[in-house]
Amino acid sequence: MSDHALAERPVIYNDDVVKKFVIASIFWAIVAFLVGVYIASELSWPALNLGLPFTNFGRLRPVHTSAAIFAFGGSALLGTSFYVVQRTCRARLWGGEALANFVFWGYQFFIVMAALSYVMGFSQSREYAEPEWHLDIWLTIVWVCYLLIFMGTLMKRQEPHIYVANWFYLAFIVTIAMLHIVNNLALPISMYSAKSYSYFSGVQDALVQWWYGHNAVGFFLTAGFLGMMYYFIPKAAGRPVYSYRLSIVHFWTLIFMYIWAGPHHLHWTSLPDWTQTLGMAFSIMLWMPSWGGMINGLMTLSGAWDKLRTDPGLRFSVTAVGFYGMSTFEGPVMSVREVNALSHYTDWTIGHVHSGALGWVAFITFGALYYLVPALWHKELYSKRLASWHYWIATLGIVFYIVSMWVAGIMEGLMWRAYDKFGFLQYSFVESVVAVHPFMVLRMIGGVMFLIGGLIMAYNLRRTVTSPTIEAPTLDTSMGGLAVAGE
Amino acid sequence: MPTKIEKDSVSGRDTTGHEWDGIKELDTPLPKWWIYTFYSSIAVAFVLFLLYPSIPYGPGYWHGLLGYSPRKAVDAEVAKLQAERKVSMDKIATLSFDQIKADPALLEVALTKGKITFEENCQACHGAGGSGHPGFPALAAGSWLWGGKLTDIQRTVTHGIRSGDPAAHTSAMPPFGELGLLKPEQIQQVADFVWSKFYGHVTEGQDVSAGAALFAQNCAPCHGADGQGNRLVGAPRLNSRIHLYGDAREIIVSQVTKPRMGVMPNWNARLDPATIKCVTLYVHSLGGGE
Repeated sequence: MSDHALAERPVIYNDDVVKKFVIASIFWAIVAFLVGVYIASELSWPALNLGLPFTNFGRLRPVHTSAAIFAFGGSALLGTSFYVVQRTCRARLWGGEALANFVFWGYQFFIVMAALSYVMGFSQSREYAEPEWHLDIWLTIVWVCYLLIFMGTLMKRQEPHIYVANWFYLAFIVTIAMLHIVNNLALPISMYSAKSYSYFSGVQDALVQWWYGHNAVGFFLTAGFLGMMYYFIPKAAGRPVYSYRLSIVHFWTLIFMYIWAGPHHLHWTSLPDWTQTLGMAFSIMLWMPSWGGMINGLMTLSGAWDKLRTDPGLRFSVTAVGFYGMSTFEGPVMSVREVNALSHYTDWTIGHVHSGALGWVAFITFGALYYLVPALWHKELYSKRLASWHYWIATLGIVFYIVSMWVAGIMEGLMWRAYDKFGFLQYSFVESVVAVHPFMVLRMIGGVMFLIGGLIMAYNLRRTVTSPTIEAPTLDTSMGGLAVAGE
Repeated sequence: MPTKIEKDSVSGRDTTGHEWDGIKELDTPLPKWWIYTFYSSIAVAFVLFLLYPSIPYGPGYWHGLLGYSPRKAVDAEVAKLQAERKVSMDKIATLSFDQIKADPALLEVALTKGKITFEENCQACHGAGGSGHPGFPALAAGSWLWGGKLTDIQRTVTHGIRSGDPAAHTSAMPPFGELGLLKPEQIQQVADFVWSKFYGHVTEGQDVSAGAALFAQNCAPCHGADGQGNRLVGAPRLNSRIHLYGDAREIIVSQVTKPRMGVMPNWNARLDPATIKCVTLYVHSLGGGE
């Protein structure tokens, strides 16, 4: 710890709201994984739809995606951003407890209402933006309060510079606000009805939807979690960030490139040809900006690789960065029009999002949770052994998941385009459904393993919280290997 | 604010002198391979812009040096396949069923085309291999509503059943219960008769003569005195093991009370005549053809 930090007035951080978000994140993780396993089972054995509207795949799928992205991932992002911004600004959260609590409860209320509305059959039918207009307005209010707290805390910081993690968190908050508002512009059929119609129509509507959808991945699931990475990896590794310049360059290139890449979701559709080419070209240019984050994450470990053996949380974080690198290479490949002709509408896409969602988003969050729970409650982690079990079971689950989806997806793509010797379609659609059935089952097994890992984590962290408090914080905040220049 | 530049003993790099909550940063330059790969990807993007439709301007857009369009690419692929199929499909379109069957090579093409057409269009209702589902006739079983000869099947596929096509098969069974033509107890009597006489569930000592009389008067005109059905009006055969809506006695009651009458699309709106011939040959070959 440097001398000047000790010399100044200590800041009492608002950790209460962070704790709430951490608990919510763990809870929603289990919900998201459980619903995921259930709908994966429905795809394997359709009888599990039970013939009821509430348990139909079409209604449960948005419950799964929203629970994973917004409930689990969102709670983790809001919680860690509040933790990180306070510590890296040496300032208590702006706006007081009441505003922070409003953001917490308002956000949880949004999640619960959204899930209920899907199950009851309300949906805008916009992927990852299914909630109807009244819930969208509510989320906008909550989100603006979140932005105010974050900005306010940055404004009153006691550090001369804004740390890179906060750039990413701020980019995430601002861009998600913009995406959310534009994508959800709609006219309700009446003030008292949950039904609304989009402001846009036809191919413009599709493009707005995928401008939103792609950048939800870019700014929610990438920028936000990079913010998480930039704090927890150097902290857990006890090493300085590899390259300040790289963080600047890859931040601005990522922010600039990502926003244009959405049209690659609409290859081979009525979207104008020039828009498709732009979407593809920007996706290719996005490859290195994405990898900048991976390099900074992995290279920060240099000199501290041995900690992977002793710190299960760090192992999650580093594996997450590996999956991040793989997904952000796979993405540009799939955005190439000719590759997309094979991959689009197949399970390859599902595998791709899950190597990002399970491998990157969930793993980087697990890493943060294994760091945060002991830090927030001043405890030792209950069991490193259980955390190791979680790591291996979940990693194996991801491998089951993405490998089965690669095989299924490429098989579907090849079967759908196969012609026989007379020039007729070789396979009917239903034959491809039959062919992928074993892989649907394997994917479900991968999901079960991921769920088991999540349950082990929840148990481990629960036992951590209830274990006796340790006297002094054992977290070593110093950076290894550094000496003042010239000394 | 003090800025304290330190040296990292692992990498030999200086730090930037910033510090947040104990986190510091190294002043490492951009990795060479990273920046050159990034430049290359930008170069690739500009080559793509040059070659393909890309930059929009005013009323139009740059069409690219290659004049490529995904739509044209798909059209070209489809045209190529159509040319490949044309020789055989033209023959199938002009020849009669007998002539097609006399040419084994051509018949193989027709049955291949018929199979995939059936699987993509018919199987969802009629089941794999024409095994049927409740309400959707089994095609492999030989129990035809409108005839099982090649020309009969061709006509049914082409114009459909109650499809709105002017030449569609159409028939209506009166809703005997709903219109009050038969009282509920009479419907039960008819059901008893059909159940024992045609479905073969004879109950010892049961008197079905009342039902028999009602059947002769109300049902026999279409379904035949022996329940043999009538293909001219699409009246299902009752004296077989194959029942369109299922084998339960309650289904007889509900059909007499308020019959369900199925609809089959007129496939001439979607398939060309040669393809319909192919699917006809395939359906005929499933085991029920006459």
